[in-house]
Amino acid sequence: MNSISSYLSSSIGRKWIVALTGLGLFGFVVGHLIGNLQVFLGPEPLNRYALFLQSLGELLWVIRLGLLAMVVAHIVFTIKLRMENRAARPVGYAVTNRRAATFPARMMTLSGLMVLCFIIFHLLHFTAHKIDPSFAHMTDAMGRHDVYRMLILGFQSKAASTFYIVAVGLLAMHLNHGIGSLFQTLGLNSAKLRPLWEKGGVALSWLIFLGYASIPVAVLTGVLKL
Amino acid sequence: MNLHLKVWRQKDAKSPGQLVPIEARNIPEDASFLEMLDIVNDDLTVKGEEPIAFDHDCREGICGTCSLSINGLPHGPSETTTCQLYMRKFKDGETIHVEPFRAKTFPVVRDLIVDRSAFDRIQQAGGFITARAGSAQDANCLPVPKVAADAAMEAAACIGCGACVAACPNASAMLFVGAKVSHLALLPQGQAERTSRALKMVRTMDEEGFGNCSNYLECEAVCPADIPASVIARLNREYTVASCKDAVC
Repeated sequence: MNSISSYLSSSIGRKWIVALTGLGLFGFVVGHLIGNLQVFLGPEPLNRYALFLQSLGELLWVIRLGLLAMVVAHIVFTIKLRMENRAARPVGYAVTNRRAATFPARMMTLSGLMVLCFIIFHLLHFTAHKIDPSFAHMTDAMGRHDVYRMLILGFQSKAASTFYIVAVGLLAMHLNHGIGSLFQTLGLNSAKLRPLWEKGGVALSWLIFLGYASIPVAVLTGVLKL
Repeated sequence: MNLHLKVWRQKDAKSPGQLVPIEARNIPEDASFLEMLDIVNDDLTVKGEEPIAFDHDCREGICGTCSLSINGLPHGPSETTTCQLYMRKFKDGETIHVEPFRAKTFPVVRDLIVDRSAFDRIQQAGGFITARAGSAQDANCLPVPKVAADAAMEAAACIGCGACVAACPNASAMLFVGAKVSHLALLPQGQAERTSRALKMVRTMDEEGFGNCSNYLECEAVCPADIPASVIARLNREYTVASCKDAVC
């Protein structure tokens, strides 16, 4: 127990927690994207997929609570690390000159917090149906919750679509630094692997952005309609 | 050449400091940055003013004593250390900001001199082998693969100057500790204390109050000894494996 608590209170141990939860949440982001892209296959596959998720019952709640725990741990441990980082340089430089830190890397806290705000809105919008309560009562011909219809109507609002595109842009920016960074933190990096994580991470973050942004763009341009 | 310096002047650890404009006149282009400061100090002394205090020793780029943040970069625009930075890198009439390395763990002693003994304490916690090495063994008695020897040598090149901490937005010492842990973890002589070394050095690093690594890689970009950031990945690995071993055994 003692060694576990001393590991979790060490700089590296806490960073491992941030990296592992980040990896788990990245897995969710990928899974969620693949699931959502079924919208391009039409209402039938998407609504069937939604029913399948709902049919998981208690298991769905296990997944939801697991994701919530990961989000909380990711944020709590990052706040602790950030506070220590600030304390580590009480007197700053009059002039600073950066050679390596990328813009996404320097924006991690900001992009992360904005993604958090987006997640809350997103859950209220499409999961809790608080933004437009009519979303809760949409059913298709087979009596299933009509997720396809909800999605199309939701994204036909220009404001909502623009907000989503900006938000997934911020998520992609977070992942732009996050993906490569987590492998470095988990120690799974070397001179040989480095180009793979760095270039692969950037490429993946762009794919995530294009994948997610394609849905509101397709609705706005009329490619996807009721 | 003539330069407008803005130099951090601070009487002692407890006094407040500030950037003071100082003119550097008639500086040869072939002077090193430290020689430029020597010339400025001669002028200051003649005028009856206190010379600028700064750290220096070998002036060959191998000891790691010189420091300075020059125009916001540790060791300035040089590929190596400040002592190997020549004034031809600057333009005549340029304004140059000269500040001490900044970190809570590197408190200013006077002017541009900071106390880097936190590095010594990390080293003393485990950056060595206690086994008596004895006299040199027969060649090839202790097989070390070429790849490991090269990687260990690369890490051992660290001169402990602290530029990594100074450049890191978080004032983290992961590149330094990563280099020290990697160097011994890669060699057979370092195996006996591999676990305890990683645990003790990281613990001391944390206790000293260095920041945490955010993988900005500023450290690697300014390191005068070209220590690669892969030593940080190895440190992350070594420390986690060591913690697991410590939890079980």
